[in-house]
Amino acid sequence: MTVVAQPVLEVRNVVKTYGGVHALKSVSISLLAGEVHCVAGENGSGKSTLIKIISGVERPDSGSISIGGSERSHLTPNEAIRSGVQVIYQDFSLFPNLTAAENIAMLSELAKRQKFSSRKRIYEDADRIVRELGLKIDLGADVENLSVADRQLVAICRALVGDAKVLIMDEPTTALTHTEVDRLFTIVRRLQDRGVAIMFVSHKLDEVLQIAQRLTILRNGELIESGPSSDYSRHSIAKAMTGRDVSEERLVEPLDPDAPLLLDVRNLTRFGDFQNIDLQLRAGEILGITGLLGSGRSEIAEAVFGIRPAQSGEVIVAGRAHKIGSIRDAVKAGIGYVPEDRLTQGLFLDVSIADNMVASSLDSYRTKFRLLDRKRIRESIADLFKRLRIQAPNVTAVVRSLSGGNAQRVVLAKWLDRKPSILVLNGPTVGVDIGSKEEILAILREQAAGGMGIIVISDDIPELVSSCHRILIVHEGRIVSELVGDDIHAGEIQKRLAA
Amino acid sequence: MRTALGRMRGANNEGLLLAVILAVAVAMSIASPAFFTPGTFFALVRSSMVPLVFALGVLLIMISGGIDVSFPAIAIFAAYTTVKWSVDGNLDPGLVLIFVIAMVVGGLLGLFNGVVIARFRLPTLIVTLGTQTIYKGILLTYIGSLYISASGLPKSITTLSDVHLWDVPGGGYLHFMIIPVVLVAVLIAWMLRWTLFGRSIYAIGGDAEAARRVGIRVVRTQVWLYTLVGALAALGGVVYVVLGKNANPQSIVGTELDIIAAVVLGGASIFGGRGSVVGTVLGVVLVQLINNNLVLVGIPSTWQRAAVGMLLLLGVTVQAFGRVRSRKRPVIVQKEVEA
Repeated sequence: MTVVAQPVLEVRNVVKTYGGVHALKSVSISLLAGEVHCVAGENGSGKSTLIKIISGVERPDSGSISIGGSERSHLTPNEAIRSGVQVIYQDFSLFPNLTAAENIAMLSELAKRQKFSSRKRIYEDADRIVRELGLKIDLGADVENLSVADRQLVAICRALVGDAKVLIMDEPTTALTHTEVDRLFTIVRRLQDRGVAIMFVSHKLDEVLQIAQRLTILRNGELIESGPSSDYSRHSIAKAMTGRDVSEERLVEPLDPDAPLLLDVRNLTRFGDFQNIDLQLRAGEILGITGLLGSGRSEIAEAVFGIRPAQSGEVIVAGRAHKIGSIRDAVKAGIGYVPEDRLTQGLFLDVSIADNMVASSLDSYRTKFRLLDRKRIRESIADLFKRLRIQAPNVTAVVRSLSGGNAQRVVLAKWLDRKPSILVLNGPTVGVDIGSKEEILAILREQAAGGMGIIVISDDIPELVSSCHRILIVHEGRIVSELVGDDIHAGEIQKRLAA
Repeated sequence: MRTALGRMRGANNEGLLLAVILAVAVAMSIASPAFFTPGTFFALVRSSMVPLVFALGVLLIMISGGIDVSFPAIAIFAAYTTVKWSVDGNLDPGLVLIFVIAMVVGGLLGLFNGVVIARFRLPTLIVTLGTQTIYKGILLTYIGSLYISASGLPKSITTLSDVHLWDVPGGGYLHFMIIPVVLVAVLIAWMLRWTLFGRSIYAIGGDAEAARRVGIRVVRTQVWLYTLVGALAALGGVVYVVLGKNANPQSIVGTELDIIAAVVLGGASIFGGRGSVVGTVLGVVLVQLINNNLVLVGIPSTWQRAAVGMLLLLGVTVQAFGRVRSRKRPVIVQKEVEA
């Protein structure tokens, strides 16, 4: 590793307010060449605002940014790009309709102010960076046909095809599985060796500790702590991020041995996706299903909920066989589903929290004249709003304005309002900060204690460990092992996943 | 085998479309002996020329993620105004100048569309629906509402109207205006493929926010795009006047559906980001084939509109299925790798 005294980029005492609310209160950070600097914080802590200021999208109220030796009050997006600042956005910001090669080369073509585009030059430029980083990407494929992990590699290549000095990665691991994360880290280390200053924005503690040399923790727009990452542990970071102690041990209430069988799935098969799936769920039980991306874990859940029905097999809910051929069938059988991609599949983004909550259960609010019972709807909404501790000014706020954790709670509220007997959640806390995550899991445990059967499909091992009674591991479309009770701990799950 | 078939299918179903056109032509030949003649063929070419120019404009807008319904109004506005000025001033500026003036007028009207759409980020359909009516209203109120017949047109236009590139033995002819039309099509295909402006249009159609983030000046690109499309519509308008040998301010407006249907059939995505000139040419040919020849095979002409509407739905449906397929693809690929 190279040691450079002079920071590549330095942000000093930056203040940013949005309509009177302080998003950043005098934050300073400096990035050194060849160093990975993690910025950790919960949603709303000011991480995104900081990124926007460095990339020139937002202009700070006061403070300064110095890059390449010159100090200024703010940057424009083009100045930032020309000074070598590159951002890999959480959503990658790629063009789905263009080839990987063109996505990679577009930025440098624009930066060089090319007037004409050449397929050959684009391909050569893209190929050079791909080989330099030792990657394998199908450069001729349209990005929309690539896997999420490959899309991220495309985004990384795009950021580095110019002469990037500062690379900002915004929650880069959200959509990746463990193996993919490892691969990403290998690349990050390679970039370090090339002398790139990396700002790694995340709220996943393990990753932060694994990759960072330095650590800055933000909370509510304030810089709480900053120092070498070797001074920190999971616990101390979590505490600094949330401002309180966070426990990670198992919080599962023992299951009543006489609890009735709620769901009995037998021999569920859809060719190419999963085969001979048997699973049982009892009232009050939280069942975890995990496996690598593409193992079929999401497909199983989607089949149980009728999104893409299985070809054969039985689904027995509370002793009665149900034919699940559509979402309607599943809902009728008392099954609820919180999808993986809550923003596109679960919510009406530009509609209020209140309307979203009752969107799927309006039928149950009819009066005897078939009209809607507004009073009862209002009561339910107020009750859910309070029960799920949604942080918003009031129930009329639109969902788009909420943070990830709160949006996820609205999805939960929507399903809880239907009072399903079985709730299936796919990645319930993806993109959610630690504080909200704990609360969401607590809500699930509460619901289970009340007799609901819950299936959690997740990649997040601590989450599975903290809340599941039982864990099934899926590999290539089959359930390959089952962990119960004391066998459930992070090491064991990881071992079985890798097997 | 699969990839070979896939290649024949084309990136935007161009191969499939060509097959459909051939199938329709064969069916019509069987149904009516009058169909399979050079006359029919060259009539098809002739009737496709103006729609193609319009369709190329619609294609550009559609690739950028928008939709334009104001082009017929711009076309007739620009063409009629230019002709009217020449007539009123009692001068004949010459062909080149007529085209230039019309395209400047059209460009200005397009510029207005572009500024409103890009600056205020408004939905393109609604904006162009509004400007279509505005432009037509201004044309009829302030410029003129009278039909100008061949005798009233500038001499340079009427002379051009009768210039044939090739009189085909056995009936039919190839009109001179095919040259500028083909030239424009080639130019646009080149622009889309080989200029950064063209690639930026695709990028904006793919994801406007991502385009902004990589440093594409989205507003500027869009304003230029709408200006260009306005000029293109004007060009189509003048070609229309030349071919028809008259200038009628009430004409063209109302043909939007045929054009949009042709572009969608040609594989351009209504969601933006996809589309090709080759596909658009084929789409125009198919729509004109149906429009021209349904009567020939004994289907009442009243069915024409319904047929075009059905084609439009068909085009969108094919696209929708294509989307589902391409979205499912990565999962399968991953399976194969793992296995």
